[in-house]
Amino acid sequence: MMHGGFGGGGGGGGWMRGGGGRGMGGRMGLDQEQEEGGELYDHEVVVRLMAYMRPHWKRLSITIAAMFMYTGTIVVMPLIVKLIIDDFIHGDNLAGLNWIVPIFIVVALVQYGSQYVNQRTMAFVGQRVLYKLRMDMFTHLQRLSMSFYDRNEVGRVMSRVQNDVQQLQEFLSVVLVTLGDVLSISGIVVAMLILNFKLGLITLSVIPLLFLMLMMWQGYARRSFMRVRKAIAVVNSGLQENISGVRVVQSLNREDANVKSFGRANAEHLGANLQATKFTAALFPAVEVLSALGLAMVIFFGGSMVLDEVIEVGLLVAFALYIQRFFEPVMNLTMQFGSLQRAMASGARIFEILDVEPDVVEMEGAVVLDRVDGEVRFEGVGFHYNADEPVLHDVNIHAVAGTTVALVGPTGAGKTTIVSLMMRLYDATEGRITVDGHDIRDVDLDSLARQISVVPQEPYLFSGTISENIRYNRTGATDEEVESAARAVGAHDFISGLAGGYDSPLQERGSNLSVGQRQLISFARALVANPRVLLLDEATANIDTYTEMLIQRALSELLSDRTAVVIAHRLSTVRNADMILVVDDNRIAERGSHDELMALDGLYARLYSYATDGVGEDGDVVFGDQPKVADATSNGNVADGTWLVTMESPRGTREGTLELAVQGAALKGTWSGPQGAQEFSGGSIEGAALSWRVEMEGPMGKMSLNFSGSVDGDAITGSVEFGSRGSGSFTAKRAESGVPAE
Amino acid sequence: MRVLLRLAGYALGHRWYLIGAYLTMTLSSVSAMVIPRMLGDAIDEALASGLQSKLLILAGVIMAFSVLRGVFSYGQRYLSEALSQRAAFDLRNDFFKKLQKLSFGFHDQQQTGNLMSKATADVEAVRMFVSMGLIRGLSVFIMVALIGTVMFLTNWRLAIVSMAFVPIVMWRAIMMSTTLRPTWMKVQAETGNLTTVLQENLAGIRVVKAFGARDFEVEKFERRAGLVADLTYKATRLFASQGSLMTFIFTVATGAILWVGGREVIAGRLSTGEMASFIMYMGLLGMPVRMSGWMVNTFSRASSAGQRIFEVLDAESPVQERPDATPLPRVSGHVKFNDVSVSYDSAETAVRGIEFEAEPGQMIALLGGPGSGKSTLAHVIPRFYDVSAGSITIDGTDVREVTLPSLRKNVGIVLQDVFVFAATIRDNIAYGLDEVETEDVVRAAKIAQLHEYITGLPDGYNTWVGERGITLSGGQRQRLSIARTILLDPPILILDDSTSSVDMGTEHRIQEALREVIKGRTTFVIAHRLSTVKSADLVLVLEGGEIVERGSHQDLYDHDGFYRKIYDLQLRPQEEGAVTAGGDA
Repeated sequence: MMHGGFGGGGGGGGWMRGGGGRGMGGRMGLDQEQEEGGELYDHEVVVRLMAYMRPHWKRLSITIAAMFMYTGTIVVMPLIVKLIIDDFIHGDNLAGLNWIVPIFIVVALVQYGSQYVNQRTMAFVGQRVLYKLRMDMFTHLQRLSMSFYDRNEVGRVMSRVQNDVQQLQEFLSVVLVTLGDVLSISGIVVAMLILNFKLGLITLSVIPLLFLMLMMWQGYARRSFMRVRKAIAVVNSGLQENISGVRVVQSLNREDANVKSFGRANAEHLGANLQATKFTAALFPAVEVLSALGLAMVIFFGGSMVLDEVIEVGLLVAFALYIQRFFEPVMNLTMQFGSLQRAMASGARIFEILDVEPDVVEMEGAVVLDRVDGEVRFEGVGFHYNADEPVLHDVNIHAVAGTTVALVGPTGAGKTTIVSLMMRLYDATEGRITVDGHDIRDVDLDSLARQISVVPQEPYLFSGTISENIRYNRTGATDEEVESAARAVGAHDFISGLAGGYDSPLQERGSNLSVGQRQLISFARALVANPRVLLLDEATANIDTYTEMLIQRALSELLSDRTAVVIAHRLSTVRNADMILVVDDNRIAERGSHDELMALDGLYARLYSYATDGVGEDGDVVFGDQPKVADATSNGNVADGTWLVTMESPRGTREGTLELAVQGAALKGTWSGPQGAQEFSGGSIEGAALSWRVEMEGPMGKMSLNFSGSVDGDAITGSVEFGSRGSGSFTAKRAESGVPAE
Repeated sequence: MRVLLRLAGYALGHRWYLIGAYLTMTLSSVSAMVIPRMLGDAIDEALASGLQSKLLILAGVIMAFSVLRGVFSYGQRYLSEALSQRAAFDLRNDFFKKLQKLSFGFHDQQQTGNLMSKATADVEAVRMFVSMGLIRGLSVFIMVALIGTVMFLTNWRLAIVSMAFVPIVMWRAIMMSTTLRPTWMKVQAETGNLTTVLQENLAGIRVVKAFGARDFEVEKFERRAGLVADLTYKATRLFASQGSLMTFIFTVATGAILWVGGREVIAGRLSTGEMASFIMYMGLLGMPVRMSGWMVNTFSRASSAGQRIFEVLDAESPVQERPDATPLPRVSGHVKFNDVSVSYDSAETAVRGIEFEAEPGQMIALLGGPGSGKSTLAHVIPRFYDVSAGSITIDGTDVREVTLPSLRKNVGIVLQDVFVFAATIRDNIAYGLDEVETEDVVRAAKIAQLHEYITGLPDGYNTWVGERGITLSGGQRQRLSIARTILLDPPILILDDSTSSVDMGTEHRIQEALREVIKGRTTFVIAHRLSTVKSADLVLVLEGGEIVERGSHQDLYDHDGFYRKIYDLQLRPQEEGAVTAGGDA
């Protein structure tokens, strides 16, 4: 079948974005990665890595001992050659020469054994350390609270677990090789100086020249490598874009133009590579020339010494062999320079994550909840990320066991936050939440999760089979239980129609199913644990008519005999609820049954009339989510909330965070920029147009920022004046750290 | 082998680089040969003659040849790298060009990641083959041949002893890389699996937490991480054992040279200098011989990578322009389906027996569940797929008789999920047109209800969107697509009217824009909203690839079938609201 195609990704629903990354507190935000430069040695990183190595100290000692033995055989070989030439051959000592055979066999065996043991043991230790690091990171990431994920993009966290650990893997092998190289170099230098101090010094005089050259090469190479990396990124994104957008390209007859523009990017890539090759190709030949210079000096000065009978010929040969062996480790060291820097930075980034403390922690001696009745209470619950910007305030809910509570209200009012608090994805900052009288902060997290199931707006499935996904909520569920859950939500028919039935594999995120089918599985998954409390967070907002029909049919059965909290879209669901809560301005504005609320003639009645008006318009009854743009008395919520602001000024780009609160036509809030945070008030808002002024102490005295712009959905754009210092433009995006579209 | 020859063809396209690389390679090998020989001469002649001036000359000769070798070796490295980069450049261009031409049928069966990996990893494998396999691979043989010849000319007994080890080490090296490769590939595959587990876990962390699935996830990750660690260790162990074995063989070889050589010197058949040069030659041979395994490896990697690339390059697009195709002039929009069937592969028919007619300016609504075939039906009109039976005519002309660009110029598409290219917003609207006046772009944006938003942006129409630019919301993307279509002004339009979850205001604006864009065009709507369906001239209800109901909204409603069911579901709550009676929904 056709899949939707046209790439781009619809973006996650509000649910996956969570409560929004309000207040970008530096504490949990991960720093931007810096790729270039960095330290060669970071004491803290090394100390902490050593802690991971310590359990393996026995093997490590073996490795290092083996390394010394290996280096020894390298140093000793030319000495044997010298012995043979000077003493046996020139002494016509055939019997002595025969001793070569056992000596060489012993040396070769020692070399063989030590190299093997060294590499094998180090690989073992390295893999154990990396495994432990990966597991520590993953386990730690599971413990971290949602607020961490609100503030950090998945991609960035991913890159720490994968790329940074990978980088460390490289580092461990590099450390090993580097150590070996340093040992070899030292061994050779010492051997040469002992054999003949004068000739040794003369030969080693090439080294400063060599290092000078390598340093220069590093500088040039880094710059040209950067150009290559940029060019690769452009080529790859061109490919990516045109592969995922190929249907648009073809439907708009754009093939030839794109081939041309790709050709240009490809040519830049070629150019950058050719330029880099000019440098990289020079390294090896240049080192070889220097190595030959060393040899030439040995021949001239060493030869002269032989003529003066200061040394013997064998020593000359031994020096020549040392030089041949000397340059390889030196070159390796140069290559590993950058790798060492990157590894230190990676290590620092890994430990930064491991040091983040989770917000939501299980109490010691937490109560393990048995099956509950499902009575849920919110008592004076408040929630905020920043003290001056409440997300929820004084929320009181009493959901009697077995009843349905509907939450309605405008976008951003706090409905999803209520649901998240109930699952203890965040801890309430005020008041308490109880389930059957237990404060949820006193109970075991897993046992709480077993009582509560959730169906999010955007179904989220894992790769694996369909039955594995349905079982996700309760791994012990039998096949019968899985099937009956699927039947209950109307998913059984399509599942058994698939070639593999319940064992059909799902691709990543279930992309081989339609959104509707995925949501049906998500429903079955919520149901299979037979939860006491069911949370539906706009669970039917994104699906097609056909699937919706199936779910609406199943809904009454799903909701019966359990407590349900439903953030609802569809009028019928709301109307049938035992209790309707209207959430507005971060609190519960109205509560009661449908009829009571209609009689009240307040916000609910108004929302209701929007919804029913909408029917005439396009036949689709959607209840709740209208922003109140048209309503002059409270044009809030359009601009309310936290915004991430990027300002373009003559002096460059600056970033900051803006919190806006609207009261009627007045606008106030807090601006946190590079110079610190400052509250302001006295702004104005009229329709979509808004303006405000921030006065603050800057490093150069008082300064003021005059913002004016207009809001459109999740963006504010406009201009900003920096007092008398010029002006620029700004864009603001709602602070919601989303899941990046694939 | 045919694959490798074809790949070599890409290198032959730049034959001067190839010839240059081979030439400099040979010259640098020859220059390298001189240096150990000079050491031998220094020992045998200069020291025997007792003249320091002779030593100076020999040292000078060594320097001269090593500089020569440096220059040639630089040339060889540069030329072979440049050649491989140029070959990769050509291959990437060919690949891209082909991808742009292949029809939807091909792309449906491909995953983006898969094609990306062909264009990156596989092209890189081919590049390594050109620089390492084709050029350096040969240099190994030249080195061995040259050193072997010099050794045999000097002392054939010692030469046999020395060279005997070369094939053994080479054989081990090749064995090592062939046994290592599958293990490394397993490591890579397992690392990929680990990434998937991690990615899914982090992106769905809310679900993981909500369902208390932490332990389950940790176990899952532990299993994968353990596999990666074990496999990596296994591969490294293999590498270590084979690598040290090769070192061992070389050490034994050096010992043998010393023993046999020593006897030859004592017997007077060899000079000390010659023996020293033998040992130096062995040092020269070490690296290339050990690397031979790796070079052989580039051959096998390139042959499988090349095969994967050629699969794409050789793919025949099922949608082909006929050689005698004529351009389709601007049509009035009369579209007729004559008993059309479409199957993507011979086993499964997506739609069958479709027969209907759309008069110019009419709106046809296509309704049905997922998999019913409604998108397929829409996509065969601009020939993104071809019909497998029957025919489609536009203004009486079969779509297969006209050129593709002219056909697609007549058919516009607006879909729910719009692809935004990394370009300015103006260029995104004007996408598909070569020269467009800014006024036209603005006019289109105004009709699409997008102008206000754009002018509010810092750089207005020149604001960069898409990757590396600002992100457009779902509603904005959809309006962007509408603006594109208005600018292209096609007489026939295919429209997906579903809106992603947007708020009421945006929704309203999209509906306004849609109403504008369909005016005066024959429109096929992949329908999700009944308001569209109600105003359609003809509604086709599809199920399982067949038209099960057809007619106007009223006809179908009266018919009391599938259509009636959907309609009731959507409107029942409204009626309930009016009657204030409870329902069981």
